[in-house]
Amino acid sequence: MSQGLTMVVCIKQVPDSAQIRVHPVTNTIMRQGVPTIINPYDLFALEQALALRDQLGGTVTVLTMGPQMAETSLRKAMGHGADRAILLTDRFFAGSDTLATSFALSAAIGKINAETPVDVVFTGKQTIDGDTAQVGPGIARRMGLNQLTYVSAIPAIDKAAGEITAHRRAEGGVQVLKTKLPCLVTMLEGTNELRRGSLPDVLRAERAEITTWNAKDAGIEDVTKCGLKGSPTKVSKVFAPKPRSERAAMIEGADATPAAIAAAAVETLVAADPALPGVITRPSALA
Amino acid sequence: MTTEHFDAIVVGAGPAGNSATLTLARGGLKVLQIERGEYPGAKNVQGAVLYADAVEKLIPDFRDSAPLERHIIEQRIWMLDDTSYVGSHFRSDNFNEDKPNRYTILRAQFDKWFNKKVKEAGALVICETTVTGLLRDKKGRVTGVTTDRDQGEVTADVVVLADGVNAVLGTRAGLRPEVRPKDVALGVKETMFLPRETIDARFNLKGNEGVVIEAAGTITAGMTGTGFLYTNGDSLSVGIGCLISDFAESGVRPYDLLERFKRHPAIAPLIEGAEVKEYVAHMLPEGGYEAVPPLYGDGWVVAGDSAQFLNAMHREGSNLAMTSGRLAGETIVAAKKAGKKMSAKTLKAYRAALDDSFVLKDLKKYRRLPKVLETNKHFFTEYPRLLTHAAETWLRVDGVTKREKERDIVSAFRHRRRLSGLVSDMFKMGRAWR
Amino acid sequence: MSETPAKPPARAAKSKELPEHLKAYRHVWVFIELEHGRVHSVSWELLGEARKLADTLKVDVAGVVLGPAGEGTDQAVAEAFHYGADQVYLVEDPLLTNYRTDPFTKALTDLVNTHKPEILMLGASTLGRDLAGALATTLATGLTADCTELAIDGTSRALAATRPTFGGSLLCTIMTLAARPQMATVRPRVMSMPEPDRSRAGPVIRERLDMVEEDIVTKVLDFIPDADTNQAQLAFADIVVAGGLGLQRPENVQLVKDLAEVLGAEYGCSRPLIQKGWMTADRQIGQTGKTIRPRLYIAAGISGAIQHRVGSEGADRILAINTDPNAPIFDFAHHGIVGDALEILPALTEAFRARLAVDRLAG
Ligand SMILES: Cc1cc2nc3c(=O)[nH]c(=O)nc-3n(C[C@H](O)[C@H](O)[C@H](O)COP(=O)(O)OP(=O)(O)OC[C@H]3O[C@@H](n4cnc5c(N)ncnc54)[C@H](O)[C@@H]3O)c2cc1C
Ligand SMILES: Cc1cc2nc3c(=O)[nH]c(=O)nc-3n(C[C@H](O)[C@H](O)[C@H](O)COP(=O)(O)OP(=O)(O)OC[C@H]3O[C@@H](n4cnc5c(N)ncnc54)[C@H](O)[C@@H]3O)c2cc1C
Ligand SMILES: Nc1ncnc2c1ncn2[C@@H]1O[C@H](COP(=O)(O)O)[C@@H](O)[C@H]1O
Repeated sequence: MSQGLTMVVCIKQVPDSAQIRVHPVTNTIMRQGVPTIINPYDLFALEQALALRDQLGGTVTVLTMGPQMAETSLRKAMGHGADRAILLTDRFFAGSDTLATSFALSAAIGKINAETPVDVVFTGKQTIDGDTAQVGPGIARRMGLNQLTYVSAIPAIDKAAGEITAHRRAEGGVQVLKTKLPCLVTMLEGTNELRRGSLPDVLRAERAEITTWNAKDAGIEDVTKCGLKGSPTKVSKVFAPKPRSERAAMIEGADATPAAIAAAAVETLVAADPALPGVITRPSALA
Repeated sequence: MTTEHFDAIVVGAGPAGNSATLTLARGGLKVLQIERGEYPGAKNVQGAVLYADAVEKLIPDFRDSAPLERHIIEQRIWMLDDTSYVGSHFRSDNFNEDKPNRYTILRAQFDKWFNKKVKEAGALVICETTVTGLLRDKKGRVTGVTTDRDQGEVTADVVVLADGVNAVLGTRAGLRPEVRPKDVALGVKETMFLPRETIDARFNLKGNEGVVIEAAGTITAGMTGTGFLYTNGDSLSVGIGCLISDFAESGVRPYDLLERFKRHPAIAPLIEGAEVKEYVAHMLPEGGYEAVPPLYGDGWVVAGDSAQFLNAMHREGSNLAMTSGRLAGETIVAAKKAGKKMSAKTLKAYRAALDDSFVLKDLKKYRRLPKVLETNKHFFTEYPRLLTHAAETWLRVDGVTKREKERDIVSAFRHRRRLSGLVSDMFKMGRAWR
Repeated sequence: MSETPAKPPARAAKSKELPEHLKAYRHVWVFIELEHGRVHSVSWELLGEARKLADTLKVDVAGVVLGPAGEGTDQAVAEAFHYGADQVYLVEDPLLTNYRTDPFTKALTDLVNTHKPEILMLGASTLGRDLAGALATTLATGLTADCTELAIDGTSRALAATRPTFGGSLLCTIMTLAARPQMATVRPRVMSMPEPDRSRAGPVIRERLDMVEEDIVTKVLDFIPDADTNQAQLAFADIVVAGGLGLQRPENVQLVKDLAEVLGAEYGCSRPLIQKGWMTADRQIGQTGKTIRPRLYIAAGISGAIQHRVGSEGADRILAINTDPNAPIFDFAHHGIVGDALEILPALTEAFRARLAVDRLAG
């Protein structure tokens, strides 16, 4: 256990979806001025990796594939305590879907692995822009890592034995899984709270050299597997959801008292859906 | 605590902080800038009109890369009552010059751009970090700052306080008296999205031309304050501000005031169909010259809103902030070059530079204005009504003789406000203006 | 094909034309998610959707059942026919008892490579998403997750899968043109449940899983069922009552619970309440929470941000209570009350209680 765990956390810089607007006339996204953030789901992965480092020692490398400006997110991650950051950027990567993304990320992780064997690769559960939850499993398959998705806790890692135990969220319960290192973990949201880095952390992050790799640096020879070319899915159109044509009909009641309004509301709802009282099942309601 | 020591620390990444940091970094100092927002500009609010002059002094070619919305070719100044407005419009093709003088901007974007320049100049900038206090030595000299992070203390020869209107740091450290409610206004503002083409058509604009409207009158419900509407690229900034003390007294909610302003028949058609993108509230220092706190001391200087540098009459703030930040930076760089200690004695040169600039000269010119407006609320009640009444009477053609109309207008004025009051108001206003 | 002679037709044709070797891929498959002896209802919803797509394409619908031999598996096969499958592919093996990525991916990969479906759909459950991601990479094909609408593109015969993007503020339609099968996942309760036809049956095609336990690295040590019986069943509730920041104080969450109690409803909330710890994470409604499709949704003190909207607007009927007449929630609610939720909620609770008492006496 002397050298601790070598961990890679994949993070993605995404536009803050809460601030995206659709141009009402042209129906296009107005991304201008929309701040970017680290994909919120990835923060759970980052904290889990940092916590394991606290516990068992080792290093946490954050990795992102994206445009040059994604450097901001890498620096932020370092400000939270990550040891090292790698930006994978190349025009060949533009337009990647999840298959092409996991291809490129796998190449980069492969390169890190060649320097120091990687024990655990972390990703978030999903991104808020792509939202597919596919890149994690994609990396695992491609690299032949054991795949642990929707992990809510990692109660044990034994580096010497090369074993990891994880709690995985499943339908209706939690699976307790044991598998071998190296593995890929996609972290479930809400499992931890990301630490704030110390002042020395942020000072170091702000000045850190961000390692930048292009496709060739990452050892990718076949660029047709990257970007638009390497993506089997094509976005054929992007459009705004149809707004409901009418606004809500306001319920006012005989007078403005809450009781009158509530009575009117019950009448309105039952009139609109006469079967509604029948749906109301719980007998205790009548007690 | 980091063991690292800096030549200077700048608190805040608004116009004042950015200007100071840029100047210090260019002067070869090792400078750390600390901003509490997620990024520079994240928390900053402004109408916003940018005055080219102050930026040019720092970044002469800023027009090539700064995120500018529109340059202003028309200014409207309106006096509104509940249903009407009278006012003046000035529009000139001369403003379509190579290097326009005023622009509308969105602060979040502008501050971010500005800060990029600061970083390029070599300053170290950290965000999401709040300065919680000042480090002092036994003699009371400021020696650095404390932050809200673990191991969060860091030292420097001098600290530039550019932390904005609340000026919490200076107050907490006892370097200045607390900011009084009557010296600050609360501005509320909405950015409303409207397609570029609609704005162009509605305001008769082409290309990057823009219009700004400043409005006063009964829209502030008798409180001291003004409203505004600025055209951005594909949005409008609509806002209104009044003194905090007035809000407190009247019980009017700022948001309601803004809603009322937006519904005013002069404003409503201009913003029709616009979708609210963002609502923000922010304070403005409006105490003027009399409210300016001590500006320097052993190991510290203060710049921008934090020093009450705002010209409420002309709605200038960011330019005063930039200029004071730059002058603070220049003072420190000069001292450093001369090998001087950052003592009060050395930093006094900052005050002198400000006295010599438009910053303090302009504030001094209007030093009586805050008091006149604060104590004579009829500027926001009676006068707008009287003015619009006069205009309406004069313009309505209804068989009434012009002489009678004149008499009606004059008697309306005399009726609402005794002649002595009128004269004294004019006199006070005139004096405040000198 | 070449209606636009101005452009070189070859290029346009090329991107639309399916490579020869992929033309052999036919039929629409649905992965029937079977765990702990029960089929996830999303599988039946998908069969209903598959039926429509297959009819457009004039092909068959097949269900894929993976599991250990036994009653649960038999039942799943039989029901797959009831819900619209024309045939069922079945792999029975004890290794398929508890879900693990490797054996399930292997079983499904082999089935796909042997029988070549053109479309494969899975539920966007934790299991479905784990499996779909692994499978799509193995098959090097396109996968569109969390679709809200599925259709067939007229010209290319491709699956046009529509899904929210950018946090639900936009929708996008995605197609996989030059790879097969075309994969899609759909969240539970997004598609409607088809009426089962208990008389339907069909052929079962059995295949074997070529694996032994030693091949599988990952072991299931335990399964801890959700002990908390209060675990929200938001996705399946007929009536949902939810509160937002308009509740103002943690203790006012009780007002939402009270109304839910009277209505036999589930209760939920907007995201900020989770962040404040006023409710548990399983009760969040919206893009990053649960998608609900109740008959009635009552939203109190919720502004109706887009992320909340995408998870709730599938409700048949929405009643919104908000002090702000301009709150965005009134843009998609059917009924609105402009008022203080802290007053209206208790009044509604009383009014429903009274109404139900009357109904009971009457009937
Ligand atoms: C509604 C409105 C409209 C306006 N319109 C105009 C206009 O049209 N034209 C114009 O020129 N001016 C206008 N102003 C005034 C102008 O915005 C200010 O004068 C100017 O922003 C002052 O700059 P500053 O750098 O001093 O302060 P700020 O811009 O307030 O910057 C202070 C910075 O310090 C940070 N900070 C504060 N405390 C701490 C701390 N403890 N630790 C770390 N960081 C901290 C803040 O986050 C902020 O980024 C307007 C103001 C308002 C409110
Ligand atoms: C990536 C991302 C994912 C997100 N996912 C989700 C998600 O899944 N689900 C979700 O809900 N949000 C989500 N959000 C957050 C979302 O953007 C909104 O911030 C959130 O929905 C707002 O919650 P709210 O309506 O409770 O609060 P607010 O927006 O603060 O609205 C409170 C409302 O209550 C009204 N009100 C105030 N007092 C009263 C009263 N006494 N009576 C009645 N009404 C009153 C107000 O007028 C206001 O409309 C997400 C955001 C991001 C960035
Ligand atoms: N461009 C990228 N760079 C680094 N990591 C990524 C990238 N895209 C996705 N990921 C990781 O994969 C996870 C799942 O993403 P997605 O499949 O897009 O939902 C994310 O939470 C990230 O951890």
